[in-house]
Amino acid sequence: MEKSIQARVVSNRAIARGIYEMELECGQALDVTPGQFLHIAVPGDGSRILRRPISICRAQGSGITLLYQVVGEGTHRFSCAVSGDMLDCLGPLGNGFSVGAQVKRAAALGGGIGTAPLYQLMAANPQVEFDLFAGSRSGDLLYYMEEFAQVAHTHWYTDDGSAGEKGFAAQGLAQALQAGGYDAVYACGPMPMVRALAQVMKAHPQTPCQVSLEERMGCGVGACLVCTCKIKQGDAWHHKRVCADGPVFPISEVMLDE
Amino acid sequence: MNKPDMKVVIAGVEFKNPVIAASGTFGFGREYDRFYDISALGGISVKGLTSEPREGNASPRIAETPSGMLNSVGLQNPGIDAFLAGELPELRKKNVVILANAAGRTIEEYAAMTARLSAADVDMVELNISCPNVKQGGVAFGSLPESVFDVVSAARKTCAKPLMVKLSPNTADITKTAQAAERAGADAVSLINTLTGMAVDLEKRRPLLANVTGGLSGPAVKPVALRMVYQAATAVKIPVVGMGGIMTARDALEFMVCGARAVMVGTANIADPMACPKIIAGMENYCREHAISDINTLVGTLQV
Ligand SMILES: Cc1cc2nc3c(=O)[nH]c(=O)nc-3n(C[C@H](O)[C@H](O)[C@H](O)COP(=O)(O)OP(=O)(O)OC[C@H]3O[C@@H](n4cnc5c(N)ncnc54)[C@H](O)[C@@H]3O)c2cc1C
Ligand SMILES: Cc1cc2nc3c(=O)[nH]c(=O)nc-3n(C[C@H](O)[C@H](O)[C@H](O)COP(=O)(O)O)c2cc1C
Ligand code: FES
Repeated sequence: MEKSIQARVVSNRAIARGIYEMELECGQALDVTPGQFLHIAVPGDGSRILRRPISICRAQGSGITLLYQVVGEGTHRFSCAVSGDMLDCLGPLGNGFSVGAQVKRAAALGGGIGTAPLYQLMAANPQVEFDLFAGSRSGDLLYYMEEFAQVAHTHWYTDDGSAGEKGFAAQGLAQALQAGGYDAVYACGPMPMVRALAQVMKAHPQTPCQVSLEERMGCGVGACLVCTCKIKQGDAWHHKRVCADGPVFPISEVMLDE
Repeated sequence: MNKPDMKVVIAGVEFKNPVIAASGTFGFGREYDRFYDISALGGISVKGLTSEPREGNASPRIAETPSGMLNSVGLQNPGIDAFLAGELPELRKKNVVILANAAGRTIEEYAAMTARLSAADVDMVELNISCPNVKQGGVAFGSLPESVFDVVSAARKTCAKPLMVKLSPNTADITKTAQAAERAGADAVSLINTLTGMAVDLEKRRPLLANVTGGLSGPAVKPVALRMVYQAATAVKIPVVGMGGIMTARDALEFMVCGARAVMVGTANIADPMACPKIIAGMENYCREHAISDINTLVGTLQV
């Protein structure tokens, strides 16, 4: 039977502006597929009744590392957790990235806090040579640059040019794809980046591309149907659950209308 | 003390305990059966069914509000055929009362749904005349006593199984809609469905839900739900099943004291997949601690 995990906070610290790294001790080794997430109850007075989905950035035995950006009350309360606090987590949940045996060289595209789960993807697949194209609005929002350099050839971008190259990471990926040689593309980031990626991949229909989507969630386990996105199936489309059918989908199947 | 008697009977249907998973929050039970054997529940009200498959509304379909949430799923479901062929046989393997929650766009559609569902291997039909998230039908039928009477009368004629009518809180006087359902031949009423609400993003000046409005549930609605269950239970003779914001065993017992013969638990499942078994265990404990040998003796015991 599945159970919720009572995870102990080992450390919790800011690593960039508004971005935190939290290390959790889960008491048992977790079987993690890169791209899966934990669904975490918001600590405090119980007035925030919904759990928050946070991707697994790093998994080692019973230790899990999460990277999260403070954007509202729930993530604010996460940022207040101190070593020894307990968090009530469900997971690992969802269908993560799949890396086929034929994949020797791959590109990863990350935007903002969405780059975090790509770490586990690349760390868990050392047989693959990865190029990472990652961007944020500005340099003070970049994180884990050294860690990523250990698992990929990294290319950093900022919208304002305050660090890395000025511009969008998706453009960097587009150029690299022209040169060819990638067996697959993996991505996670905000909607504008996903849209740009979808455009880029249209020119490379033979290169499989998987993207991790975000949607607001309730149960996180597939029962309440609040987290749906539009997925193509032949000529039709269906509302699929990001929590249970995703969060990772082939980008060719994702319908990105406004 | 011995194990208290938790069994309740509603419209001739026996539930091993008074806790029923509320429609729309529990799918068809599969997801939660991975966390615990769902045979532990008194009953399951399945996701609201319609005659054809429905994809539901656009996302975002959920917004958190203080001590509650809004949803605007819009009755996404695989349709009655897929339910009967795929989901029902699986769920039937469990030792749990099955309520088929059904919605329609017209009175004729409601009657056709109750005909087909009551001919199938379900224990009860729960008529959903209170969904606030669909353009046609749903709450449109549940707000006025006259339309409640009409739709329940038509459904009653075709329903060969016990018929429970799920009432909407979006109405002027809950006693009038409860009585209309009773007069039209309902065997029981369940309440409340969600309260129509809204949430906005001030900076973007946009609604948080793609559907603009949604249904409010969770602890925020509990005082309203308790009041309505209390009023309905005093207004009708048929059994009342209470819900709205039940998160704990104490919440559930409060509804029973206010007149509910059983309770449904919705949003609590979303917050905690183990909510229902925890609530059942807590209710049993409460009975033990208070030397209550039969949970039915609590029903309607509110002293006013
Ligand atoms: C599969 C998945 C993985 C994610 N992984 C990460 C991660 O690794 N690191 C990280 O910082 N963030 C991640 N997010 C986004 C994160 O879940 C939200 O930023 C967070 O829920 C915001 O909560 P809040 O209370 O601080 O914000 P509020 O805006 O106060 O939250 C209100 C409600 O909206 C929901 N919500 C708000 N923004 C989002 C969003 N972007 N996506 C989904 N729900 C949202 C909240 O869960 C909550 O229910 C992920 C989202 C998904 C769907
Ligand atoms: C996500 C969600 C979906 C729902 N879908 C249905 C439905 O299909 N049919 C129905 O009768 N009620 C539906 N409801 C209403 C619940 O069954 C219940 O009446 C309501 O949420 C109040 O109870 P609660 O506060 O315990 O959730 C839904 C509620 C939620 C939160
Ligand atoms: S969050 Fe409930 S189905 Fe995805």
